[in-house]
Amino acid sequence: MTAKAALLLEQPTAEIVKVVLAGDWRLGPDLPEPVAVQEELAARPTVRQVVLEAREVGQWDSGLLTFLMRLQDFCVRRQIRVESEGLPPGAKKLLALATAVPEKTDARHVEERTSFLANLGTQTVGLFQGIGEFLAFLGDAVVAVLRLVSGRARYRRADLWLIMQAASAQAVPIVSLISFLVGLILAFIGAIQLQLFGAQIYVADLVGIAMVRLMAAIMTGIVMAGRTGGAFAAQLGTMQVNQEIDALKTLGLSPMEFLVLPRMLALALTMPLLCLYANIMGIMGGMVVGVWMLNIDLIQYYNETARAVGLWNLGIGLFSGFIFGIIVALAGCMRGMQCGRSASAVGEAATSAVVTAIVGIILSTALITIVCNFLGI
Amino acid sequence: MAYGDYVLMRDLNFTINRGDIFIIMGGSGCGKSTLMTILVGLKAPARGKVYYGEVDFWGADQASRDQLMRRAGVMYQSGALWSSMTLAENVALPLETYTNLRPDQIREVVRLKLALVGLAGFEEFYPAEISGGMQKRAGIARAMALDPEILFFDEPSAGLDPVSARRLDDLILELNDSLGTTMVVVTHELPSIFAIGSNGVFLDVSRRTQTATGNPRQLLAETQDPALRQFLTRGEK
Repeated sequence: MTAKAALLLEQPTAEIVKVVLAGDWRLGPDLPEPVAVQEELAARPTVRQVVLEAREVGQWDSGLLTFLMRLQDFCVRRQIRVESEGLPPGAKKLLALATAVPEKTDARHVEERTSFLANLGTQTVGLFQGIGEFLAFLGDAVVAVLRLVSGRARYRRADLWLIMQAASAQAVPIVSLISFLVGLILAFIGAIQLQLFGAQIYVADLVGIAMVRLMAAIMTGIVMAGRTGGAFAAQLGTMQVNQEIDALKTLGLSPMEFLVLPRMLALALTMPLLCLYANIMGIMGGMVVGVWMLNIDLIQYYNETARAVGLWNLGIGLFSGFIFGIIVALAGCMRGMQCGRSASAVGEAATSAVVTAIVGIILSTALITIVCNFLGI
Repeated sequence: MAYGDYVLMRDLNFTINRGDIFIIMGGSGCGKSTLMTILVGLKAPARGKVYYGEVDFWGADQASRDQLMRRAGVMYQSGALWSSMTLAENVALPLETYTNLRPDQIREVVRLKLALVGLAGFEEFYPAEISGGMQKRAGIARAMALDPEILFFDEPSAGLDPVSARRLDDLILELNDSLGTTMVVVTHELPSIFAIGSNGVFLDVSRRTQTATGNPRQLLAETQDPALRQFLTRGEK
């Protein structure tokens, strides 16, 4: 059985206001608000002392304390003395404890409202700083590679093998599925158009060239960005949170050589292999459509593909795969190394690594395509 | 010492002598750990200099700082063991990197260091498989791998039970005594401070500067500063 919390104001003299509390003061939606008392006090400027009287209070918890705290704050600000003798002894002690350490006024984070232009400026400066950071990271990576070439880079060979395994053999199922289906889809779309001209056989050309030259590398790159790039960022981010990267630095080991270099090497080596494999799977996907739907002879389809796909196409595809591997590894490692020291920062790092990698892949695809166009290959 | 515009501590000036067990003490949030990150070369001070002997630590380039830090070992608050390696590999990495020892010699040294911190037999465990206290001790084993001249400890006994904390203090004393290692310990555990400290500095969070430096026991006996007295006596009368 609980009694409703009640609040009563008495004014025995012009200078004193008595605040009488009764009932159960437990946290809940219908506790009286201190605002009512504050308004009363504001309306009576002669009041110099508030006497708190809570002998009728039954059960109480933080509900009572928050009420008293707010009332006390208000009184202190208006230089009104608070007489708390009538409070339950426990509440009095807790109240004294809560006010024992003065509030640190300069520690609070201030929400600053900034104008649109100021925001735009900050964002733009941030963007350029981001580009600068990326270039610095890229430079460090190049230095690490040079040290590797000259045999001075310090990293664990075992790490390299483990990462290569995770970024190759373990990625085969998902790469198979995606590239097979992409080949299949390309063939379907091409078939509908080419059938109009009775030129079904050119589905083999379409699928072959598209996959080998471009699509296999892009699809593998995107799969690896989500799968491995995100994982790199999360690993390095967690290492940052656990001070493991600090521990490397104080030991004089460069995180760039020890952590980034093996990851970059691993992806640069495995991505072209995965691309090659994705080529085969994609062509097989197209072949399924060609043979089953368009009734092209298997040998004929194979011959057409072999005729259409030149060595240049394969070279460009594998080169793209190599570049994408480096992009995915760098994006993942950079975001991981920039990670803040909290769990949510690790999540952000992983997300941002995937986004950065995909943007990088698409941008460099455009660049490679334009350059190839100029060179006429 | 500052983060951006926020100045954490100013006007710090103290000397750590060779062979000291030097305590960096102060309330939570006063910048003890930040001071340590400056001393070990992870964060540059906003202003001022750190000298190792005659060498201006932050005035030198990264390579010379690495060179200096090779004579030091650092134990981080949570151990900061490399989670993808076993304890043995963790302790072995500094040895593999900076010495020409044969693999079997390294194995022996690793066994010794782990045995010194009471972790004999845990060589093949991964950091995630052992308790927090054990991770800390393994962190010490790794910090001592290269027999450093200076060992830094960030809150060594925080989160440990009293007996383990005491054993850790004994370990620090013993290493200091038998190897002559200089110890720099960040802590606010009073029993540790009095048990091991031979020198120290007190960072006052409200005044944002150091208010005392010297042997903690002596500081307790002689201090007139209410904030320091309150800290060293837990505020008891």
